[in-house]
Amino acid sequence: MLSYIIRRTLYAIPILIGVNILTFVLFFVINSPDDMARAHLGDKYITEEDIDNWKIQKGYDKPLFINSSESGFDKFSETIFFNNSLKLFVFDFGQADDGRNITADIKQRMWPSLAFALPNFIVGLVINICVALLVIMFRGTKLDQTAVAIFVSLLSISYLFYIIVGQYFFAKTWKLVPISGYLPSEPWKFLILPILIGVISGIGQGARLYRTFFLEEAGKDYARTARAKGVTEIQLLFKHILPNALIPILTGVVVVIPILFMGALVMESFFGIPGLGSYMLDAIRSQDFAIVRSMVFIGSVLYIIGLILTDISYTWADPRVRLS
Amino acid sequence: MKPVILWSDLLIFILIVFISLFLRGMAKNPQVRTKWKQVFSKKLGVSTFIIVCAYVFIAFIDSLHFQKALPNIDQHITETRYETKLTSVLDLALGEMNTNIERTYSYPFSLKSYSKSMLKDDSGNLYRDFERLNHAGTHIDNDKNYVSDIIWQSAVSIFFGLFLSLFIIGLHKIWLIRSNGQNHNVYNYIPWNTAYITLTCVVILVAWMLHVGNLYHILGTDMSGNDVLYKTLKGIRTGVLIGTLATLIMLPIAILLGISAGYFKGWIDDGVQYLYTTLSSIPSILLIAASVLLFDVYINNNQQLFELGIEKADARFLALCFILGVTSWATLCRLLRAETLKISQLDYVQAAHAFGVGHARIILRHILPNVGHIILITFILDFSMLILAEAVLSYIGIGVDPSMASWGNMINLARSELAREPTIWWTLAGAFTFMFTLVLAANLFSDLVQDAFDPRTANGGHHD
Repeated sequence: MLSYIIRRTLYAIPILIGVNILTFVLFFVINSPDDMARAHLGDKYITEEDIDNWKIQKGYDKPLFINSSESGFDKFSETIFFNNSLKLFVFDFGQADDGRNITADIKQRMWPSLAFALPNFIVGLVINICVALLVIMFRGTKLDQTAVAIFVSLLSISYLFYIIVGQYFFAKTWKLVPISGYLPSEPWKFLILPILIGVISGIGQGARLYRTFFLEEAGKDYARTARAKGVTEIQLLFKHILPNALIPILTGVVVVIPILFMGALVMESFFGIPGLGSYMLDAIRSQDFAIVRSMVFIGSVLYIIGLILTDISYTWADPRVRLS
Repeated sequence: MKPVILWSDLLIFILIVFISLFLRGMAKNPQVRTKWKQVFSKKLGVSTFIIVCAYVFIAFIDSLHFQKALPNIDQHITETRYETKLTSVLDLALGEMNTNIERTYSYPFSLKSYSKSMLKDDSGNLYRDFERLNHAGTHIDNDKNYVSDIIWQSAVSIFFGLFLSLFIIGLHKIWLIRSNGQNHNVYNYIPWNTAYITLTCVVILVAWMLHVGNLYHILGTDMSGNDVLYKTLKGIRTGVLIGTLATLIMLPIAILLGISAGYFKGWIDDGVQYLYTTLSSIPSILLIAASVLLFDVYINNNQQLFELGIEKADARFLALCFILGVTSWATLCRLLRAETLKISQLDYVQAAHAFGVGHARIILRHILPNVGHIILITFILDFSMLILAEAVLSYIGIGVDPSMASWGNMINLARSELAREPTIWWTLAGAFTFMFTLVLAANLFSDLVQDAFDPRTANGGHHD
């Protein structure tokens, strides 16, 4: 197991290098630091001097790859590529445009994000599986068809609709929870509504998908044999079908990770949760390239970690799977 | 009038040609025809198809742009000057909806403004009251009769719509009888009655919106007094275009790389796999955000490239389509690669090799037609997903240009309006309803297409 994890981590390195090069090309080659300076200073009548000052201030005045004015190792280390791209690997993200340390900001904002995303993910998964199992019990009946129709309708509704309407009713009209904001001392008061909305908005997609997985398993020979042996329907569902359907469900979970990111971005900004999503959004709005670049890198690191975790969870879900 | 073709207009024309060629190519194959038959023999398939087509048609006529000539005031200038804003055929069809601008918010079907303001009566005294709207119900003598007038006007337009659709249905029936006479009942599997009912509903709705929408503000007005129904209808083009162009733009790259990875294997396969693994490991929202941000910088630094404001919005729109395409590219590429790997092991491909057929010919003749269903399913499945994504992206501020009419922009502007007292719900309701209808119809239709074309689900599969 350990050797498997180590190998997978090593596999991740070329991918992260690729991500790194891609962001470098996007942020420094396609758009030169001069363009960035101009966009940032905003003025129509800016002088070359202003641009140079801005670049020196941000450390963008160095050459891209090779600094011929330095000698030895400094030839490579005193470049934009080294300072702004390679240092991402050791999670040294440098400074944001307002002078704050990005690494420190991210460490601080990680927890509210986690407090929202993790319960959202786990509660969502459990509820989707439960709903799908419930529907499967009535398979082939009118109830099943109605449920599928409801699922399709639910997933056709915009994510924004859930958020806007949810906030309107739960926070504004019924005053059950605060409208927005966050307090580290009592996070649940503020997080309960975003999590609820996140879970509800995911039911359509999730439950419909899991229903097809369960349906496929329910039609297999072992299910028929079990039924012939006199196993009750409930026992069949929980003891036989659910464990077997876990593998495709876990595979699908990886796909959810980017959606969690998007959810975090929209949800955190809407409900004023000071997490990574709202951090990213503020950076987009203020055109802070350093933060956006760091977040792209962190996003892919998290995605790869998610992939590895999924693979490990296979061994737990299916004893036949051996990681080697 | 001077016709103007924006880049996105050009692409939608190419798209229409491409789709019709694709469908013709597929129709030649009898196997594919049976699959389409399976889709269109279902009532749901027919009615959702008509609804999606209605949306696509509106998007299409909204893509036929031209500039209106300005009235010539100076005798000495002989050349005609044109307006800087573009008009589309849809604008012509909608009549005065575009120019019926009030001062501020008003309720749907209301004759009065949303809020009170200072008014002057005939003798010059100031008083506070709800201001009469300038463009709602101006044709009626007494404002008290306006409910009965709305009912009357609605009845007129519904009657007209009914008449029009009966006319179309009649023409179609005649055509059907004639073609049936020639070759025996080819289209009998289509549930025509469902098609007629859906068509009638769509035609009546459109007629009602065109007629009553010009007399009243059906969905009220927004903060700057624009007709919400007009904005919602204009948003259709953006939604449909995002849903189709994003896939279209990435299609050539995905097909090329996916098939060559699966066919040639070796280092090409390794390279392509590395490429899509890397791209898909960046959460798409972050990649989109980064790219849009950088494109904004590019536009700001190259203002001179764009003559009209709308060209700038259009360029940003295409960039967004491209980026959305790139982020969804990996999935299609992976599927195509896997399928090509499977197909290139089959006997007929091996036989073609043995006969000395070239690589290009094998790919074009033997592999491409057999991965067509994957492309089709991806295209249709992505359509609704992309429309929903557009709204979220515009809401975050990395979507289409704020000057462009889109549902996401409408929602973005309207999100704080719910907090007002009394609540302003109609902008959100308009955008969400139109989006929901399109996405639901597309989802239901794509489900049927997937059931018919996906070999895993084709024979009953999970839909028992």
